[in-house]
Amino acid sequence: MIQIEHLSKSFASPAARTHPSPETGQHALHDVSLTIEDGDIFGIIGSSGAGKSTLVRCINLLERPTSGHISVDGREITGYKGRQLLQLRASMGMIFQHFSLFQQRSVLRNVSFPLEIQRKPRRVCESRAIELLELVGIAEKEQAYPSQLSGGQQQRVAIARALANNPRVMLCDEATSALDTATTASILELLHSINAELGVTIIVITHSLAVTERICNRIAVLDKGRLVEQGATREVLRNPQSQATRELIAADRVAAFPAAACESAGKAGERAGKTADEAAGKDRGEAATEGTRGAAGTRSPGDTGLACKGADL
Amino acid sequence: MEALQTFFENYGALLARGTLDTLLMTSVSTLCAYILGIPLGILVTITAPQGLRPHPVCNTVLGWILNIGRSIPFIILLVALIPLTRFLVGTALGVAGAIVPLVFAAAPFVGRMVEQSLAEVDDGLVEAAQSFGASLWQIVYKVLLRESVPSLIRGASITFITLFGYSAMAGTVGAGGLGDIAIRYGYQRYQDDVMLAAVLLCIILVQIVQTIGDVSARKIDKRNR
Repeated sequence: MIQIEHLSKSFASPAARTHPSPETGQHALHDVSLTIEDGDIFGIIGSSGAGKSTLVRCINLLERPTSGHISVDGREITGYKGRQLLQLRASMGMIFQHFSLFQQRSVLRNVSFPLEIQRKPRRVCESRAIELLELVGIAEKEQAYPSQLSGGQQQRVAIARALANNPRVMLCDEATSALDTATTASILELLHSINAELGVTIIVITHSLAVTERICNRIAVLDKGRLVEQGATREVLRNPQSQATRELIAADRVAAFPAAACESAGKAGERAGKTADEAAGKDRGEAATEGTRGAAGTRSPGDTGLACKGADL
Repeated sequence: MEALQTFFENYGALLARGTLDTLLMTSVSTLCAYILGIPLGILVTITAPQGLRPHPVCNTVLGWILNIGRSIPFIILLVALIPLTRFLVGTALGVAGAIVPLVFAAAPFVGRMVEQSLAEVDDGLVEAAQSFGASLWQIVYKVLLRESVPSLIRGASITFITLFGYSAMAGTVGAGGLGDIAIRYGYQRYQDDVMLAAVLLCIILVQIVQTIGDVSARKIDKRNR
């Protein structure tokens, strides 16, 4: 169980002082309290700059909270330093929007990285890595390098790597935002089965309601660094209490509405043409398009199986 | 044809010796410059304001050392270091005498090259390593250095070629090597043919080193496959 109490984070870096913006603003998080139970798939949603990433980075202390408390299984972690801090981080897995795989290491050596860090013997690292690659369904790619894999395959490798140390908790930072609809569905399905079979608590950050609807049993909505709503996913989405949640839902509905979707798809086409030379997925516009596709995808007939599974939660 | 044969009979051994001396001077000093320069590059990277262990004082002092080291003209350094060179290797002449000033000139240069290579490593990879509980030195060794190997190799071939050029200057104070031959025979004795041969050898050697560097960096790099 992860308990977050009155958590605040403000950035005092020179960049934040000279360029106050939603991302670097004085208060990235303001008095956030929430509880994540063991076995949850907990969604943290909000628009860009709402503080989602900061919140999840506080859980493994990649960011130090300015004030407030976080406890994991009853142990207060906010004061952790040195070895204790490294052990805390090792006990949690994390996956990222752009996968963050080591480009000069093979798939196998990427997955065994967290074990190498724990100074496990090479043989143990390798057999565990193979086991994990089988679990995520890409055992045949063990000798490949990340640049030879598709986005979905790379995220599978990243998931295997995050599971290497048998974590109780897995943090997912916009893990599907750089993937297309079908790949997003398969990655979410994988996360769901990891949660069901291994009992790993999963914390998902996303700006896409479609993602939370599919796999999260509970969600929290962040707006400008404040927690505006939390509860069971269906309750929150069916009966939103806050303006921010209603806006997120409205944005999602607009995106899903066929006429609007066609129009935005046309624009997306233009935009894709313009940004074809740029790194894929990094552009915020494209991320928004991704959300659109994801939302439209939930309602397409081919996806009903998965959508039902999501609803079963 | 006959002229060429006589030329090689007269100067072949001299040029071969010069080539070996140059290669020896350059490779030993490149190696030593890396032994000093890699830690400098790592320290200046991790003590930077956005680095893994920000330390303004340490970073500023290191920055000065690296800049001052690179701003002293090599020919001045060469002469100024003579007492130190004598102390360290017993002589200021010959191949051994040239290595000391070459290392001192190259180490700050290498430090900046290494810093540059490490800066190319995606911050996301460092963050990922941190999220798995990697310690500072594990991140430096297993992520920063490991991921920048192709870039470090390209840097090493640039360093080698720069030192190759410097070693010719060291020739003027009696270091030996191809530069020394070109100056003594070509410039001081007006033997243009010897100078030309020495310069041609330099061009060929630089081409070979650059090619080896490029090919091995490309072969070792696992991106863009």
